[in-house]
Amino acid sequence: MKTLMLGNEAVARGLYEAGCSFVSSYPGTPSTEITECIARYQEVYAEWAPNEKVAMEAAFGASLAGKRSFCAMKHVGLNVAADPLFTVGYTGVNAGFVIGVADDAGMHSSQNEQDSRHYARAAKIPMLEPADSAEALAFTKLAYQMSEEFDTPVFIKMCTRVSHSQSVVEPGERIEVSKTYEKNPQKYIMMPGNAKRRHPIVEERTEKLTQWAETAQINRIEDGADRKMGIITSSTSYQYVKEVCGDRYPVLKIGMIWPLPKQKILDFAAGVEQLVVVEELDSFIENHCRQLGLACIGKETFPCIDEFSQNLVAQKLGVGIENGTKLDAAIPARPPVMCAGCPHRGLFYTLAKNKVTALGDIGCYTLGAVPPLAALDTTICMGASISGMHGFTKAGGGEGRKVVAVIGDSTFMHSGVTGLINMAYNESCGTVIIVDNSITGMTGHQQNPTTGFNLKGDPCTKIDLETLCCAVGINRVRVVDPYDLAQVDAAIKEETATDEPSVIISRRPCALLKYVKHKKPIIANSDKCIGCKACMKIGCPAISIVDKKARIDNTLCTGCGVCGQLCKFDALTAEKED
Amino acid sequence: MKTKNIMIVGVGGQGSLLASKLLGRMLLQKGYDIKVSEVHGMSQRGGSVVTYVRFGDKVYSPVIDKGEADFIVSFELLEAARWTEYLKPGGKIVVNTQQINPMPVIIGAAEYPQGLAEQMKAAGLDVDAVDALALAQQAGSAKAVNIVLMGHLSRYFDFAEEEWLEAIEKCVPPKFLELNKTAFRLGRNI
Repeated sequence: MKTLMLGNEAVARGLYEAGCSFVSSYPGTPSTEITECIARYQEVYAEWAPNEKVAMEAAFGASLAGKRSFCAMKHVGLNVAADPLFTVGYTGVNAGFVIGVADDAGMHSSQNEQDSRHYARAAKIPMLEPADSAEALAFTKLAYQMSEEFDTPVFIKMCTRVSHSQSVVEPGERIEVSKTYEKNPQKYIMMPGNAKRRHPIVEERTEKLTQWAETAQINRIEDGADRKMGIITSSTSYQYVKEVCGDRYPVLKIGMIWPLPKQKILDFAAGVEQLVVVEELDSFIENHCRQLGLACIGKETFPCIDEFSQNLVAQKLGVGIENGTKLDAAIPARPPVMCAGCPHRGLFYTLAKNKVTALGDIGCYTLGAVPPLAALDTTICMGASISGMHGFTKAGGGEGRKVVAVIGDSTFMHSGVTGLINMAYNESCGTVIIVDNSITGMTGHQQNPTTGFNLKGDPCTKIDLETLCCAVGINRVRVVDPYDLAQVDAAIKEETATDEPSVIISRRPCALLKYVKHKKPIIANSDKCIGCKACMKIGCPAISIVDKKARIDNTLCTGCGVCGQLCKFDALTAEKED
Repeated sequence: MKTKNIMIVGVGGQGSLLASKLLGRMLLQKGYDIKVSEVHGMSQRGGSVVTYVRFGDKVYSPVIDKGEADFIVSFELLEAARWTEYLKPGGKIVVNTQQINPMPVIIGAAEYPQGLAEQMKAAGLDVDAVDALALAQQAGSAKAVNIVLMGHLSRYFDFAEEEWLEAIEKCVPPKFLELNKTAFRLGRNI
């Protein structure tokens, strides 16, 4: 029966139907829902790993054991997993092994706009690139056949607009696949002697895959009557091209982005007057065409920055477009904000008040960088707050200011703990603040090793952050409640004043978690409010100034009481609980 | 049939995902090709959000571009004004008159523009403004703004009320079914 599925949900369905029985991932927008969806199938073991490297290695292990396996990550997660990636390309697989990676052109929820297709060529691992949900399902199944036929891991490469668009799919039945493990040191022990024998096998495999690409149905030519132009494209760019041009020009729609066919492209180019390559981000297909000696219109026309749209493609192809009516009024921006009741707010307010240099990390709490809090100095990648702060303080940075690292519970487990070990080992003196909201927040509430629950929602071993920090050699570890500003202030002042490394765990669950009970909204006593706007320094979306008096939005306020601690006139008070 | 385009815009947390889910379900029942493009992740946190719903014989692009929307359904007044460029000539804006201040307004760095509905009408736009928050509260929950607005949008489609209600049954948990049905009817029949 036809149904609507997100691209990510369709990948999960493809995994299910292909008989995949092991999935390990770390959440990351826009890849997260693949793993959340596969967890609903009882036949499939699925887990959140602490990071993408662990996930990929676990999935490799499951393939080795004879089960079809999968791991998913966002583009920057693939950097974390790059170490195993380049070597599992050499070993190949036992049962099929598929790696899902989702790019974020346009950076809807990412710190950079890297193009993961380069990893396919660099690691010599074939990469399939679906353009909608139906292809996401079909290509995922095909990826397992290819993985076993060519003895290689296979990428499924998604992007925001394919991952997060629903389109029509027709689900099928599941097959079961199981192989036996046989010890094979020449194939699986990649020490130099063996790896030297594997590398030529990898190159032969690439040759075979290139041959396969020449006739593969997923690299298809859609004919068009007007041969003035022929367009090579893939993924969402294909959708934009078809939206603009319909069936007018011939289109070579690439389904396997690496390795690319040669003769097929040469033949296609020979049949058209002008070859045009339409691809988001870097010049990947275009470079291949140029290597084949083909002249083409590519990145000098279609930008390597930001995602595309039908209007952009139309403009670049010289097709007229008509914009709608723009209002003259100045429309204020509406950037994402920390939620009302967010436990991070009190911490960031106190950091800013103490003029602390704060190296930040990846998560909801990156929003602590936004005015009026403006409490962060850096955001680089998962875990970089702690290791960055170590280098910063060792180099004498900060000019006498207090220096801290701010990192979430999930990010700390991902790659913060190694930085903390470095701090203990190399005798750093900074303060690490673990903002522990008991969930992976930004990606939409995924469990992690510190929450006590696994992906399927079952209770499991809970890693104790205090014990862990002590165990790696940190002597000063303390826990504060970020709703208590005085407590947070004292902790920051004391810990940043010591000359040994310290950890403050700022602990309170995310206000959006279902089990978190909210207090009654704060009452704004207008007779006491003098309109000093002290309460506005925390940037709470539930507070506004109307007619020079503070007003509370009762639909948003969670009664956290942080604003009341800033008010010297008792104008913001808690309502009595029933 | 030429592809029709509906943009659902609002503030992160207002429930646009359920609205697009309902529309998608309804249009699937009707046998159309459909694409629904959503926003997840960082931009959801109280920021400006947009969902694209496209349907027809064959839908290619998952997004709606400037000058293409047949309908803009806005959960908040300022958000309607933000996206007017996306409306095609002759398109319609269905807008909730509710105002939610964005952070630049809250901290005093910008003003919430006055008379936006009138400005949109003065610019020649076809605006259907409705106090969806009041209707949602009448139905039993401020959170039902999304379904009130879907009810109001449904007036412009030739689908029977029963079909919409059937689609709602498939989209919301039984616990909230009556509330949402009431909200839908209030939006549809005002």
